[in-house]
Amino acid sequence: MALFAVPSAFAAPDAELADIRGEIRALKEAYEARIQALERRLKQAEAAVATPVAPAPAPVAAAMPSPAPSSSKSAFNPAISAILSGTYAHLSRSPSGYAIPGFSPEGEIGPGRRGFSLGESELVLSANVDPSFSGTLILAVTPEDSIAVEEAYGQWLTAPFGLSAKFGRFLSGVGYLNEQHPHAWDFVDAPLAYQAFLGGRHSNDGVQVKWLAPIDHYVELGVQAGNGDAYPGSERDRNGVGSSAFYAHTGGDIGATQSWRAGVSYLRTRSEDELGASAASRLGIADFVWKYAPHGTGRQNLKVQGEYFSGRIREATRQSGWYLQGVYQFMPEWRVGARYDRLDPRGVDDVTYAPRKASVMLDYNPSEFTRIRLQFARSELASGVSDNQFFVQYILSLGAHGAHRY
Amino acid sequence: MKIFSRVLLVAGAMFALSAHAAISIFATVPEWGALAEEIGGDKVKVYVATTAMQDPHRVEARPSLIAKARGADLIVATGAELEIGWLPLVVQQAANPKVRPGTPGYFEAAAAVPLLGKPTRLDRADGDIHPQGDPHIQADARNIGRVAAALGTRLAQVDPANAAYYQARATAFGARWSEAVARWEKAAAPLRGVAIVVQHKAFTYLTAWLGMTEVAALEPKPGMEPTTAHLSEVLATLQRTPAKMVVRAAYQGDRPSQWLAQRAKIATVVLPFTVGGTEGARDLFTLFDDTIQRLLKATQ
Repeated sequence: MALFAVPSAFAAPDAELADIRGEIRALKEAYEARIQALERRLKQAEAAVATPVAPAPAPVAAAMPSPAPSSSKSAFNPAISAILSGTYAHLSRSPSGYAIPGFSPEGEIGPGRRGFSLGESELVLSANVDPSFSGTLILAVTPEDSIAVEEAYGQWLTAPFGLSAKFGRFLSGVGYLNEQHPHAWDFVDAPLAYQAFLGGRHSNDGVQVKWLAPIDHYVELGVQAGNGDAYPGSERDRNGVGSSAFYAHTGGDIGATQSWRAGVSYLRTRSEDELGASAASRLGIADFVWKYAPHGTGRQNLKVQGEYFSGRIREATRQSGWYLQGVYQFMPEWRVGARYDRLDPRGVDDVTYAPRKASVMLDYNPSEFTRIRLQFARSELASGVSDNQFFVQYILSLGAHGAHRY
Repeated sequence: MKIFSRVLLVAGAMFALSAHAAISIFATVPEWGALAEEIGGDKVKVYVATTAMQDPHRVEARPSLIAKARGADLIVATGAELEIGWLPLVVQQAANPKVRPGTPGYFEAAAAVPLLGKPTRLDRADGDIHPQGDPHIQADARNIGRVAAALGTRLAQVDPANAAYYQARATAFGARWSEAVARWEKAAAPLRGVAIVVQHKAFTYLTAWLGMTEVAALEPKPGMEPTTAHLSEVLATLQRTPAKMVVRAAYQGDRPSQWLAQRAKIATVVLPFTVGGTEGARDLFTLFDDTIQRLLKATQ
């Protein structure tokens, strides 16, 4: 190499000389990197020989060009992840007669069963379908051995003008907590307001279109239309749209340490009772979340969030409810939180007492894939009737688990 | 309907405006922001998503980041899964087809350099490992030069009207950088063979470049917090194989390294790790001036 470079360098002007020097340096660097990589391989090989159980041969050293991608069919497998969770609940009142006076939601409500129980195991498959679409399937395997399609949606990725579209079954974009799966919640159970107004959370079979404003500040508008089978809607033998929702979210940073998001949502659903009488439900939600990380690193941080619900469910009197919660991560692996829930039934079913609930929790996260949580809650859903609830919960995430939303 | 058509009109007008303005670059970490400015000059407008005081693994897909990615013409990321916890979500929510992975508007620096520290075993039991290799490539100054060349080519592709401008600036930067690398290598000669302890396995490229040896890491597994039990093990290791110093990046907490330094009676060194990590590290050149100066000081 040097023999070849030197004679031509004699005749070359300075600029060329510099080029050649650059090339030689680049070559030297490349060889150095290779030699270092080989040295590392040698060390690894020596270490492997030293241990009684020899691992598989070391893979191709980093500095070598990467091999061509394998052409097996499995190369296009979707990303797979699973969530395992389970709870031990100690409840002072039997959950069998659980009801929220003044409200009559259907769905996943209440504190769950007493004693040990397996939570829903979630299985997530997702992949790009082609250059324009991606697909996600989320199955919930219930402890009763049934499988439910939690979400199954396609997304149009290449829509113009900051638009994005989702279609299929998905969690509605209303409120803040609604789009989060239970494993991402900060408490074992959903807030009372979510249980009373949405039967836990609102899922939708339909279409959603979002638009992100082309400005430096985050402003997102969303609209969705669906069948409205989920509470407060109900299954109907009708054409057309059974539920529609509109929402707007905005948010930003305050300096380098704080960030926030706030929004308003409106959900309208239609329901039909056994006699075929139709009723409409209208619900408004205002939500906010504020996060503070003093060192900007996320090692210690505080999150405060709250949502306010107000609406007429199946043409009843206007009712309201809210929750406010704070979660403080005081050490990288530990978080502590508190939540207060309150509902105002406004005399529906002659109920005037405002159901309330206070919860505190402590969770330990040895890694970002494991969470072990203790929670104590005291709920008073009717005057003088209180339930002391104690939970121990674990959440494990396996596999290619994607990032969580803000 | 009227409102909707107005919204479309405004959106269209903004779209048209952005086509004529400078190329808008979304850099995930400060070093690539600084490099994009070196090569893009006044033809680019750079937004840096994180500061040197933030752990680049642990960033949230905040609304502000989504809004910035919405208007970006080019995302400059490290890749090798450094930003796996937030960038995919930001890109997905930004609804900007121009910067999706696989398009010219999505640039990964790690693709331009040979990656070290590729794990031989992929198992989460080994902690937060990066399957493609160690993503902290900026710690080796030679890698910055390699990324600069690739970024120059990419900018020319994204903004062909100014292709010659970017290529010229990339070449000029490359020449200045090669000189600087030679200077740093000469200055760092006394560091060859020096043994160090690191807090997070973030200095593989630095030690490989300058010929230092890494004796131990304070994190028991990558990404897991140091425990007292593990620190005691490290202390015992140091009695057999002594090290000169314990090194941490500016964004990391100082307690584990202080604990060890006091007991092992060795120096602690805070390295800027990226532009802005220390007062001295104002740009890419001073980043390495400061890094090497701090290491040399600890060996004395």
